[in-house]
This record gives sequence, structure tokens and C-alpha cells, in this order.
Amino acid sequence: MRIVFEKRQSISRQALILVPVISFLVSLLLGAILLLISGANPLTTYAAMARGTFGSVYSLSETLVKAIPLMLTGLGVSIAFRMQFWNIGAEGQLVLGGVAAAWAALFLNGVIPDALLLPVAILVGMLAGAFWAGVPAGLKAYLGVDETLTSLMLNYVAILLASHLYYGPWRDPQGYGFPGTAQFPAAAWLPRLWGRAHWGLIFAVIAAALLWFILNRTRWGFELKIIGENKTAAHYLGINIARNVLLALLLSGALSGLAGACEVTGISRRLQQGLSIGYGYTAIIVAWMAQLNSFAVLFVAVLMGALLVGGDQVQMMMRLPASMGLVLQGMILFPMLAGSLFTEYRLRLIRREPATETPPATPVPGAEVQS
Amino acid sequence: MISELFTAQVLLGILTSGIRLATPYLYAGIGETFGQRSGVLNLGVEGQMLVGAFAAFYVARKTGNLWLGVLAALLVGALMGLAMAFISITLRAKQGISGIGFFLFGLGLSDLLFQTLLGSVQTVSGFRPLAIPLLSKIPVLGEVFFNQNLLVYGAYLLVPIAAFVMDKTTFGLKVRAVGENPEAADSLGVNVSLVRYITVTLGGMLSGLAGASLSIALLNVFQQNLTSGLGFIAVALVYFGGWRPWGVLAGALLFSMVNALQLWVQVLGLPIPSEFAVMMPYVLTIVALVVAVQRVRPPTALTKPFIREG
Repeated sequence: MRIVFEKRQSISRQALILVPVISFLVSLLLGAILLLISGANPLTTYAAMARGTFGSVYSLSETLVKAIPLMLTGLGVSIAFRMQFWNIGAEGQLVLGGVAAAWAALFLNGVIPDALLLPVAILVGMLAGAFWAGVPAGLKAYLGVDETLTSLMLNYVAILLASHLYYGPWRDPQGYGFPGTAQFPAAAWLPRLWGRAHWGLIFAVIAAALLWFILNRTRWGFELKIIGENKTAAHYLGINIARNVLLALLLSGALSGLAGACEVTGISRRLQQGLSIGYGYTAIIVAWMAQLNSFAVLFVAVLMGALLVGGDQVQMMMRLPASMGLVLQGMILFPMLAGSLFTEYRLRLIRREPATETPPATPVPGAEVQS
Repeated sequence: MISELFTAQVLLGILTSGIRLATPYLYAGIGETFGQRSGVLNLGVEGQMLVGAFAAFYVARKTGNLWLGVLAALLVGALMGLAMAFISITLRAKQGISGIGFFLFGLGLSDLLFQTLLGSVQTVSGFRPLAIPLLSKIPVLGEVFFNQNLLVYGAYLLVPIAAFVMDKTTFGLKVRAVGENPEAADSLGVNVSLVRYITVTLGGMLSGLAGASLSIALLNVFQQNLTSGLGFIAVALVYFGGWRPWGVLAGALLFSMVNALQLWVQVLGLPIPSEFAVMMPYVLTIVALVVAVQRVRPPTALTKPFIREG
């Protein structure tokens, strides 16, 4: 008997939904083992995490605070991934978006009418994010430079640039040495819905709907899909691949930039340390778990936001390091990746027929199962 | 002000620390070279280094034996390499994505263990410089090259060994064949999966060792995100080095010299903001990738999982 992987004709719908759900459960199980090793009771820990994330209106708003940037960056990343462009620079695009929005909020105050301050800050943030994604996209599209590493390196550059600004020239002189700019004028504050949950949620929902529409109902979206699925076919259909990759990545970066702009105008209301806490990396997990589906991104982002808040919760209540949340996130990806094997392939056991095949003279161990 | 940077003493300092700082790049870059030549992109180097760095630091501190620390780093590196191999070879996952998963996992796990087991930043007395008799007495060069610690020597020794294995042995031939044309290699009876398992696990071990070289030989400290992108730069070095050990050496030296330069810029208090100095290696990496892409072609089967028909 031997095991054979057969490529499925079409992706299994059942597996598409089951795989993320099972992955989440498996990661909780693996996390439980880790918790046991660290000497904590997994059940009480998970209960504390659940209470701290969805238990009250306030805790739900805190979960959304973390989920909003994950939604926006997750959407951005998913457009790029759809084109098989491995943009792992969402973190830097978010940070640069925050920096640019902060610049507008601080330095255009009084220069342009108050009513325009917030829209301009957000727009400038989106442009900055787009620009930051445009660099690896341009290098890839026109020079063939691998985008994974270039987009990644730009994360470090953006984070260092931001820290230079809030430690140096933009630091609040009245800040008692606190690393951060002065608070933005009220005209640049992004309104909040309740708790600290802000309008970014509305932006994210609109962005998801818009993205779904572009990808499924427009000619451009159709072109993007073809490029993602078969570059050769796209080429013969006369689709301009380089231009489309660049445009899609500008959109991808703009969404991450928007996330950064919302963070500084909606949450901290200043540019300060802690703008980048790895949202851009978690976004990769979000996009992957959501199978690049715009609306699924919103839900998965809430789940991942809950893991982050839950990590903070266990730190406060059970004195466990907050990095527990990060470990759980990393672990969620593995069963997920393993599972995608089953959405694309079918596992088949083939019984060997003795009549048609002469058995080898000496059995070769391990030769039966080829993977 | 800039002229201060170019006194003989400072240049010597830059050279000496440059030679030292190439160590983690070399271990991780050579390991990654084997993986990529066999067709597997392991982006999890950063995570493997972090866990290796912590394991080495913790074991060395608890037992007082640096070699046990090295062993621990090799062991956890091998385990993480094996896991990466399983996910990318057997399960055929997207290699770029699974690498990021390993990065986050390693970042989280090393910090989790650090917080629970140590709680605060501590130091360890790491590997001491070991002067090589006679050679270390050569004026100037002796101090720069032959008065380093054992893990530094090991990294430089690894380069010719790796080049030999890659170019002159049957195993090296198999690695290259599997990375260039797995179907042909398979039809000649080479076990594609096995070769890739070996290279990726070896890569994990060397990444773990790279981490150990930071935490118990160069910096002698462990803290959250100790590597800060060094593992990713090591992956970029493989591209830059044209997938050859000697090329990786050239790249590692270039980067470590830039690193040493930026450290000295800060030490001397030159009027360049420290963030911009720290930025240099990352920007240089992008430049290096642009240069590399014009020169060399990556292994044909890189990132492509092998599926045997039938």
C-alpha cells in the first residue's frame, strides 16, 4: 500500500472552513502544553483570556483596538498575497503611515483649515504607506529583486526613522523626556465609537467591501486574479504584469498606512514609542487564516486581536509574560499551513496489486511512502 | 569630524570588531546556503537564532559550561530546523509564510522563556579571546585576526569546509542537483526529500549556533529580540553571495564592517543620529539584493515543493 497526494480539481470548500477552525483549536492545545510547562493552569488561563477579551463592552472595545490595525494591514497583505507578492513589510508601511499622519497633524495645524486637518493627516498616512510598499514593488516589477527581503528590511528602516523623530527633532519639549511628540491638536483626533474603539473600524469594513468589489466585480480585479494564478496566461492575455503588481502594492501599502494613521490619530494622539508592536507580522497570519478573503479577514483580525489582548490579560492577572500571545499566534500558523495541504490535495491510499507488479528482490525501507 | 574616524587606531578597532561581528552572519548564512541550494528557502533563521541564543545563554549560565550552551543551541536549532523541514517539505507549505511563522514563534518563545526563567537582563562570562601562538604576535594583523574567541575561529573555518562539501563531495552534488532539477535527481535515485531534510535541519543547527555566538561569545547577554533582523540579513547574504560559501564570506565581512563602523560612529559621538547609523545594514541589504539580482541566478527549484508524479 502506498500513500499518494493527488491535486484536487477544485479547492475543497469544506476544507476551506474546517482548516482554519481546526488550526485554531490545535494551537490552543499546543498552547495548553506550553502553559502547563510554565506552571499555569491552561483552563483558568484561557478563561481569563476569554473574559478579558469578550467579557464586557469595555474589553470588547479593547479587543477591537487591536483588531482594527490587524484588519487594515490584513486586507493590505491579502491583496499582495493574491498576486503571489510576498509583502512582509506591512509593519514598516504602518509605521511610516503613522509618521506621515503625525507630520500632518503637527506641522499643518494652522496652515490648513481645521476641518481638513484629520482628512489630510489620514490621506498623507496612506500615501506614505503606499510609497513604502511601492519601493519593493517597483524593485520586483522592474528589476526582479526578491520582494520578501526588501519589504522586510524596510520595516527596520521605518521603525528606526520613527524612533529618531520622537526621540529627536519631533520630541515634545514639555514631555519630561518622554519619547514622543506633543499631543496632536483636537482637530486631528480620529473620533471614537466607544471605549477606545475608533472610526478605523468603519474604514476597515468599507475597505473590505471595496476590496471584495474590486476583486470580484471589476476588470482590474479580474486581471489581478489572473496574474496571481497564472503569470504566463496573464502575459499572453496582454496584461501588463509589472504595472498591475505596482498598483496593487500601492493599494496594499495604502491600507497599512491607513492603519498607522488611525493608530496615531485615534489611539495615542501623538507619535510615540510602541506604534509598532508587530501588527504587520500578525497581519500575515490574519491574511493566511482568512484564505485571503476580505470579509474573513475582518473576523480573523478580531480573533487575533483577542489573542493579543488576552496575552496582556494573562500578564496582568496571572503574571505570565505577554509574549504568550505571540507564541500562540506563531503556533496557529503551523497547523494552518499543514492544513492547506488538504485543501489543495487529496490523500489517497493505493493498494498494490500483486499480479501486475513483481515485488522487488530486496525490500527498500521507506521507499513506499514518498513525500 | 569625519577625519576622526580614520585614525589608525579606530580603523584597527573597526577591523577587529568587524571580523568578530561576521561570526553570526557566517554560521547562519552558510547554513541557509545549503538549504537554498537544495531548493528550500528558510525564512525562519531569525526565530531559530533567537531560540538558539536563549538556549545557549540559559544553559551556559546555569551549568557554567559554555560548551553545554553550544550543544543546547545546536539541539534546539536542529529541532526547529526539523520542524521547518516537515512543514515545507512534507506538508509543502508556502516557504516564505512558514518562515515568518517560525520567526514569530521564535521571537515569542525566546521571550517567554526569558521572562519566566530569568526575568531580567543578566550577563554571562562568555568565550574568551584565545591568542593563537606565533600568529597572534604578527604586528597589527595578529591582533585583528588571531586573537579572537573559538566560536569566531569556528565560523571562518566553516567556510572552506562548506565550500568543499558543496563542490567536491557526492553529498554536495546531490544538494545542488535537488535544488536545480529535483525531477532529474529523483529519477537518478536521489531521495529528494531526504536531502532537503538534511540541509534544512543542518541550517537550523547552524542558525542556533549563530544565536549562541551572539549570546555567549560576542555580546554575552540575552534580551528580547536580541538578533533584531540579523537572521533576515543572513538570508539576504546568501542571495548576495551568489549561493556560494565564499560569496557568503565576502558578504558577511562587508556587513560586519558596516556594522562595526556604525558602532564606532556611535562610540565616537559623531554628529550622525544613532538611528541612521543603525539603519545602514538594512539599507545596505536592499542595495546588495539589487546588485545581486543583476549578477547571479538563484537555484531553479528554490521555494518550489517537489511533488512526485503518480
